[in-house]
Amino acid sequence: MITAERKPLEEIIEYIKPYKRILLLGCNECVTVCAAGGRKEVGLLASGLQLAMLKSGSSIEIREHTLERQCDPEYVEELVPMIGSEEAILSMACGCGVQQLATRFKDKPVFPALNTKFMGGSLSQGVWDERCKGCGDCLLGLTGGICPIAKCAKQLMNGPCGGSTDGKCEISDDVECAWQLIWNRLKALGQEDRFLDIMPAKDWRSGGGGGPRKIIREDLAE
Amino acid sequence: MENFEPVIVAFCCHYCAYTAADMAGSQRLPYPSNVKIIRVPCSGKVDALHITKAFEKGADGVYVAGCLDGDCHFKNGNDKAAKLVTYVQNYLEEIGLEPERLEMVRISAGMGDRFALIATEITEKIRKLGPSPIKTVAA
Amino acid sequence: MKTESNLEKVLAAGHLAVTSECGPPRGAIAKELTDKAKFLEGVVDAVNVTDNQTAMVRMSSLAGSVLIKQQGMNPLLQVVTRDRNRLAIQADILGAYSLGIDTMLCLSGDHTKFGDHPMAANVHDIDSIQLIQMVKAMRDESKFQGGSDIKGAPKMFIGAAANPFADPFELRVMRLAKKIAAGVDFIQTQCIFNVEKFELWMEGVRKMGLHKKCYILAGVTPMKSVGAARYMKNRVPGMDVPADVVERMASVPKEKQPDEGVDICIETIERLKKVEGVAGFHIMAIEWEEKVEEIVRRAGLYPRPEIS
Repeated sequence: MITAERKPLEEIIEYIKPYKRILLLGCNECVTVCAAGGRKEVGLLASGLQLAMLKSGSSIEIREHTLERQCDPEYVEELVPMIGSEEAILSMACGCGVQQLATRFKDKPVFPALNTKFMGGSLSQGVWDERCKGCGDCLLGLTGGICPIAKCAKQLMNGPCGGSTDGKCEISDDVECAWQLIWNRLKALGQEDRFLDIMPAKDWRSGGGGGPRKIIREDLAE
Repeated sequence: MENFEPVIVAFCCHYCAYTAADMAGSQRLPYPSNVKIIRVPCSGKVDALHITKAFEKGADGVYVAGCLDGDCHFKNGNDKAAKLVTYVQNYLEEIGLEPERLEMVRISAGMGDRFALIATEITEKIRKLGPSPIKTVAA
Repeated sequence: MKTESNLEKVLAAGHLAVTSECGPPRGAIAKELTDKAKFLEGVVDAVNVTDNQTAMVRMSSLAGSVLIKQQGMNPLLQVVTRDRNRLAIQADILGAYSLGIDTMLCLSGDHTKFGDHPMAANVHDIDSIQLIQMVKAMRDESKFQGGSDIKGAPKMFIGAAANPFADPFELRVMRLAKKIAAGVDFIQTQCIFNVEKFELWMEGVRKMGLHKKCYILAGVTPMKSVGAARYMKNRVPGMDVPADVVERMASVPKEKQPDEGVDICIETIERLKKVEGVAGFHIMAIEWEEKVEEIVRRAGLYPRPEIS
């Protein structure tokens, strides 16, 4: 999933200060799962903004709404009959959702309430870690299902650097050495020989080096 | 300011603090009428939004009263509540409200006297802190 | 012979090679580098010029190598993949070779977290093994990494680093095997204080016959003080300083500690000379270049062979 965290309240207030009526828009997908921008967080942010505004002697009308998905035009279209007097939209979706709104509502200012972080998964309740860099040419089949691009601090593709100690990365004891994890997996799978294969220099075009990426599914596209 | 009577909202766990409040009543132990009790099935059931909404509606102070350490009827709802209170205290600070306006307390069902004492102490603390800046503006 | 590199010639003639290093200054004063390098003149076969070591901005290793070359010494150009992509690295290699630099070391580099620009992007377009492959293809096939032809191929003698002390230990020999398969000609190891562990690693190296496929220069460092020993033991990732070495440094008074550090270094060299497969020594006397000559002389590695 795409993970995100709420921006500092101060920054959000700076964005919405000029407006009297805003639409605060959550998303039911990834940001709901990582407790950053779902219906619940929309409620809590609306309440916090309201309190902050009241405290500073001003007021704001916040309409709360949460879409099934902010990154899909079909769902964003739902908003068309709804949006009336709201002067701006504050989105609690990831950057994809924010941009979907900005494209659809050409004359409405759209602001992000979240910082989109990374593609990751949940380690345990309330803890998420980065798993994928979206390089567009997945090599997990060669590395025992653990990604050296996303999980090695130097994205080394051919084994651990000289800084790996007791399974930890040299940058921090809180970071596991990706290559230790890969090696443990290869051993468990009886694929130790795979380590000796040299992974050649990567073609980064599929990873964004070739400019903004797009997927077109001919069978689905109209 | 002289006549300031704070509004305190106390989210009280059904299994401990709420029963303690009852006991304080039956033992005729006085505690300030400023404290408005909201009974919850477990302190762990209290949501951040309940707390911010309480402040939005004009509370000057809020506390969540859960069971003693290890005594939660639902295993660890009281510990979850304590973590939530810390989280919301940080949020209050970001908003510009004194985090001291929110507190986590722990009481057992038999502690009628402790309930009355805490209710009094918190009311006095909030009285000293003064009215919530939110209410001042709203009024 | 693959190249004109003095280091290759010394090694190919069967001599124990000696290299040392010089870190370029954190400023544009050439003299700061050349003054340090003077201590190494006639004492070593090649001088490593570090590339933004510990991720701190310094004068470029290419410029530093040229300054060393102008002094009539043999620079060993260090290149890290952290700061430049494959275009920039290949351009620098062409430039370096055109200026008479024929020996280089392929590294991934310390993480930016450790340096003075932790906010900088880590490039890592390629890793150190892919860098070795690239430099080899430039030299042996006259091909750029992208596939097109090079007019005037840079003939680099290709080095890389190896750390026998990092984890997982069982991968350390295999990683050397990968560097050799990629085309490395020589290796400089991490500083050796734990000789037993190094011998264990070399045993694995010999078992795979790797010592016959590349030259292994054993890394040594003279310690200035017990403080330095403790720092390396506890703070430098991938460094193995056994407790008895620290104790030995601590057992002498402060003013005697530099001498003790040099003694330990020389004793280590003597022990390493007996290890089959060690082809020379890389003496890393960081900001203590004036001691290298004494170490080389006392370790019986002087004079350096003159090879034309």
